[in-house]
Amino acid sequence: MIQSITLPMTPEVRLNLKAGDLVKLSGVLYTARDAAHKRLIELLKKGMELPMPIRDQVIYYVGPSPAPAGRIIGSAGPTSSYRMDSYAPALLDLGLSGMIGKGLRSPEVVEAMKRNGAVYFGAVGGAAALIAQTITQAQVIAFEDLGTEAVRRLTVRDFPAVVLIDSRGNSLYETGPAQYGAHA
Amino acid sequence: MRTVDVSEISQAVRRMYLEMNVAVLPDVRGAVEKALADEASPAARYALSQIRDNYDVSARTGLPLCQDTGMAVLFITAGQDVHFAGGDLYQAVQQGVRDAYRDGYFRKSIVSEPLFDRKNTGDNCPAVIHLSLCPGEKVHILAMAKGFGSENMSRVFMLAPAAGEEGVLNAIVSAVRDAGPNPCPPVIVGVGIGGNFETAPLLAKKATARPLGVHHRDERYAALEKKALDRINALGIGASGIGGLTTALWVSAEYAPTHIAGMPVAVCICCHASRHGEVTL
Repeated sequence: MIQSITLPMTPEVRLNLKAGDLVKLSGVLYTARDAAHKRLIELLKKGMELPMPIRDQVIYYVGPSPAPAGRIIGSAGPTSSYRMDSYAPALLDLGLSGMIGKGLRSPEVVEAMKRNGAVYFGAVGGAAALIAQTITQAQVIAFEDLGTEAVRRLTVRDFPAVVLIDSRGNSLYETGPAQYGAHA
Repeated sequence: MRTVDVSEISQAVRRMYLEMNVAVLPDVRGAVEKALADEASPAARYALSQIRDNYDVSARTGLPLCQDTGMAVLFITAGQDVHFAGGDLYQAVQQGVRDAYRDGYFRKSIVSEPLFDRKNTGDNCPAVIHLSLCPGEKVHILAMAKGFGSENMSRVFMLAPAAGEEGVLNAIVSAVRDAGPNPCPPVIVGVGIGGNFETAPLLAKKATARPLGVHHRDERYAALEKKALDRINALGIGASGIGGLTTALWVSAEYAPTHIAGMPVAVCICCHASRHGEVTL
């Protein structure tokens, strides 16, 4: 069964999600990857306002390919999340409700997720053209000079994802391979 | 002697990159479809079916298979009786890459300096070019678009000769295990054994372009490839790393002569998109 989830996520919704749940996400989210995270954290350190809301919001780790004429966005699959690990706890402590990416997270990120009741979703790496079809609006809202790494506000409909790590710290990356490995 | 105008090289390079970034190779598609048919995990099936459907969306829309359209890597083997005319061969290759990434609306992912500025060059250049000579008057080009999700998970091990076959298998399996979900499994694993610190990775990278299903001609290396694939798939990492039966689609190994004191092993991990093409001019 695939659950439909509305973004941004209320605490009630995200606390009920469990590692391994298959979901389709609809609503508004924000994109940011390496360079944008670096700038967001620099703004926070200077005590300045961030260019987008954080509380209850979801950040998607993606650097899309350019939009051809007549398209909203180019291919837009997830990038590896671990590169954002040093930045993510500060955003989680500001109320970020979820992240979408691929790959492992640090113990510090998982602790910050548990502390704040947040969820880490996985999108399928390499399913980038397919994911682009679920994006109905895209607008650069900050750091335009970063090109593909600029912060974008996206509206998505039925974006396919899976709960990789839930708000209690349970990880599909631990339970999944343990279940299907030869030494299970 | 034969004269080849470098503009022919530019055009061939442009054509290859426009195609490989959008059209999945038939052997890769076949391997993914087999993995989907064999998969027991519902979550991995959800991932594999998206990977398969993504091929069709790319073909229909012209959007690249992955937003990371990679760093361009080219192995060019030129006959020594070829005279390149009309300009600088290296610049002609760069021009082909530049044209493809502009015309295909592919992402430009190259920065000019790695540590301090990290400023994007804006045209996905420079490409990495490995040029070698051979007898004759043909030019062969093997071109790859290598994403860095998987490139970052590739490894070099400088083993002692006494490590033997078990040492090589452990190196291969540990690289894939440590990579976990990061390189976008199911992956294709290229292994370079022998040579030295810089040539083992070249062997490994070239090995990722061997057609899936084709084993090494030396049956000892073919057996090594089979053992490595079985052990990797016993890890249970699965598609997207969320648990499943297919972690790697294939393992291809190549070897080269090496020093009496060493046994370098390079493990090049390639994501399931495996974008490459070849042409002989």
